[in-house]
Amino acid sequence: MNTLWFILVTILFIGFFTLEGFDYGVGILLPFLGKKDAERRIIINTIGPFWDSNQVWMITAGGAIFASFPQVYATLFSGAYLALILMLVGLILRGVSFEFRSKSDSPRWRNTWDWLLFLGSLIPAVLWGAVVGNLMRGLAIDDKMTYWGGLLPLLNPFALLASITFVALFAMYGANLLILRTTGQVEKRAKALAPRLWLVATLLTVILVIWTFLATDILTKPGINGLIPAILAALSLLLVGLFQRQGRYGWALVCSALTFVLATVMVFAGLYPRILISTLNPDYSLTIYNAASSPYTLRVMTIVAVVFVPIVLAYLVWTYKTFSKRIGEKDLGY
Amino acid sequence: METVALARWQFAITTIYHWFFVPLTLGLSLLIAILETRYVRSGDERFKRLVRFLGPILMINFAMGVVTGIVQEFHFGLNWSEYSRFMGDIFGAPLAIEALLAFYLESTFLGVWFFGWDKLSQKAHLVTAWLFALGSNISAYWILTANSFMQHPQGFQREGGRALMADFFALITNPNVFYQFTHVLTAGIALAGFVVLAFSAWRLLRGQEADLFRVAFRWAAVYALIGSLLVGVIGHFQGQFLMKAQPLKMAAAEALWETGQPASFPVIAFPNQQTRSNGLEIRIPALVSFLAYNDFTARVEGINDLEKQAIAHYGPGDYIPPVALNFWSFRLMFGAGLLMVLLAILAVASRQPERRPGLLKVLLWVPILPYLSSTAGWIMAETGRWPWIVFGLLKIEDAISPNVPASSIAFSLAILTVLYLVLAIIALKLALRQGTRSSAAEPAAEAY
Repeated sequence: MNTLWFILVTILFIGFFTLEGFDYGVGILLPFLGKKDAERRIIINTIGPFWDSNQVWMITAGGAIFASFPQVYATLFSGAYLALILMLVGLILRGVSFEFRSKSDSPRWRNTWDWLLFLGSLIPAVLWGAVVGNLMRGLAIDDKMTYWGGLLPLLNPFALLASITFVALFAMYGANLLILRTTGQVEKRAKALAPRLWLVATLLTVILVIWTFLATDILTKPGINGLIPAILAALSLLLVGLFQRQGRYGWALVCSALTFVLATVMVFAGLYPRILISTLNPDYSLTIYNAASSPYTLRVMTIVAVVFVPIVLAYLVWTYKTFSKRIGEKDLGY
Repeated sequence: METVALARWQFAITTIYHWFFVPLTLGLSLLIAILETRYVRSGDERFKRLVRFLGPILMINFAMGVVTGIVQEFHFGLNWSEYSRFMGDIFGAPLAIEALLAFYLESTFLGVWFFGWDKLSQKAHLVTAWLFALGSNISAYWILTANSFMQHPQGFQREGGRALMADFFALITNPNVFYQFTHVLTAGIALAGFVVLAFSAWRLLRGQEADLFRVAFRWAAVYALIGSLLVGVIGHFQGQFLMKAQPLKMAAAEALWETGQPASFPVIAFPNQQTRSNGLEIRIPALVSFLAYNDFTARVEGINDLEKQAIAHYGPGDYIPPVALNFWSFRLMFGAGLLMVLLAILAVASRQPERRPGLLKVLLWVPILPYLSSTAGWIMAETGRWPWIVFGLLKIEDAISPNVPASSIAFSLAILTVLYLVLAIIALKLALRQGTRSSAAEPAAEAY
């Protein structure tokens, strides 16, 4: 049951990174690919109906961790306090930018919110990279499951590299989506930019993976580890570049998504059965056993999940089908 | 202690701020679904115009609710990690269920609803409106289930310094959640009614699209009246329940220091926590006895006696909630509530509202009342639980994150407060602009 919930949390993060990943990417690219207001509106409209429900994956992942591994929730959130506050600020700015920008015609007003939308996408992207980096590397967690180190130790070079890599990957992903979902100038610019983003993202990813191999046990620990998913993720990322060259952008997008799926699997497989690694003493690590809720709660939550997850997935698929057309200037309404 | 105070301020500010947006979403989503149903049934275009007029207001409001809601979810781990460790087994479940059952539903279908006017059939579109209304109200049920455990724990057992869930069914059928959910739902209905009334009044005063806003006025007036009446009636029974469940909260809310048989009702009092007495009082004899137990001669225990019982039961400590704060919050809540009922009756009774400019001018400002009333209600609900974060199980001072320094909390408190203030002003301006644009029925920007 504990493993089941570990897998479920993994799935929620897969959903989050795979869906919200292109949202963040599109947000980061917004000021660069959209020069005119109409172009920016096209870009925003590609994710307009989705960003909110994509974000729910993160909220649900948070709720699922709280319900199934409350100790992880308590340790991580209190430990990474300032980083998470910053992330909240980013998420708030991002969420309101979507709603506020179109409510006035003033170019200054719109430009301001576009940049805030950019910031609000960049900040969480950077911080998620840092979070994942530190999860793989471990935290100085004491025997009471508490991390006392504050913000500075979280800003280590490894985590910072993970941050930059995440931003590059998100941007690449977003560019691939824009190629498929837009027409005209935006599509053109995205097509020009995508291969370059791919190159940067791939180089950074290679360095990060090598460093992960050397500095952590994520890819090397005996039993289940992240090595195979890491290799598959790398392959998938290479395919993105290949498909981009051939102009098969649909497949490039699929492989971008697959890269995120596999990278998430890599991280969680490498952690298992730990969730938060203690760098002070392996015995202090939070695992799926010592950090979990009672068997009763896990059982209740399993029943709820089994009943409702398929329903949610069904209507999410339906929504994406309903809004899957390309968006050009003629679709902007008045 | 400083840390605890800062963390409490932060929680209070972020929660009250979140609460600015939540009840309007609850009530307005239902009203919109009802109006759209009316449109689909009758084919009357006015209802469609009305729904599209209200859409952007709902969107702005919902977005603010979402972004402030994430802060709420993070908060329990950020500032209250010991609470999360103690309660996670029980508290995490309703939160996760809320996300799974409600958040996906509401965020998905609000998007589909708003963007789907041309993409869906009339009926399918109507279904999305109802699914959104359903989603937001389910969400309220689950979060109040979580809060209800903190108010009135049941269905648990204690083990190794944690509270563990023992009976999920007892958790979700907590009598407290029954009162709290219906109270919150009807408060949202009343608020949404008065907000739409205010926008309608603004239009009618200027004679803009009077045909449309006369209809809006009538529906909103009835809606506001239903909400205001029900929220009061349910609140009354909730008070009777709390008399048994949390007697100290109610005694504080009535500033009742000494046990009375019968106990009189203070219309006005100036409670003094130090001297344990009230300055300048105006009292109605025996009314508290009647309100609490439907009996003018019933005995109602006062703060001093209840404190002795609490000390005997839980050990030495401070068990008296901030009396003046609870007293005035309670007064503000039901005082505003009574005014709302009165105004809703006046609105329903005016057959031709354009001829009542005085009433219309008053109605422009009335939405402040439900906001004040429900916020005061939450202040009482939360501070009246003193000293408990989970009633009878965990004290506030034991719930705080030990590893977060006061400086970090102060820093984040400052950032969030400034950000919230700026955004509140912008959101209010935008909502007002949408409500008062010259061509109301013309849908606002469909696309971003």
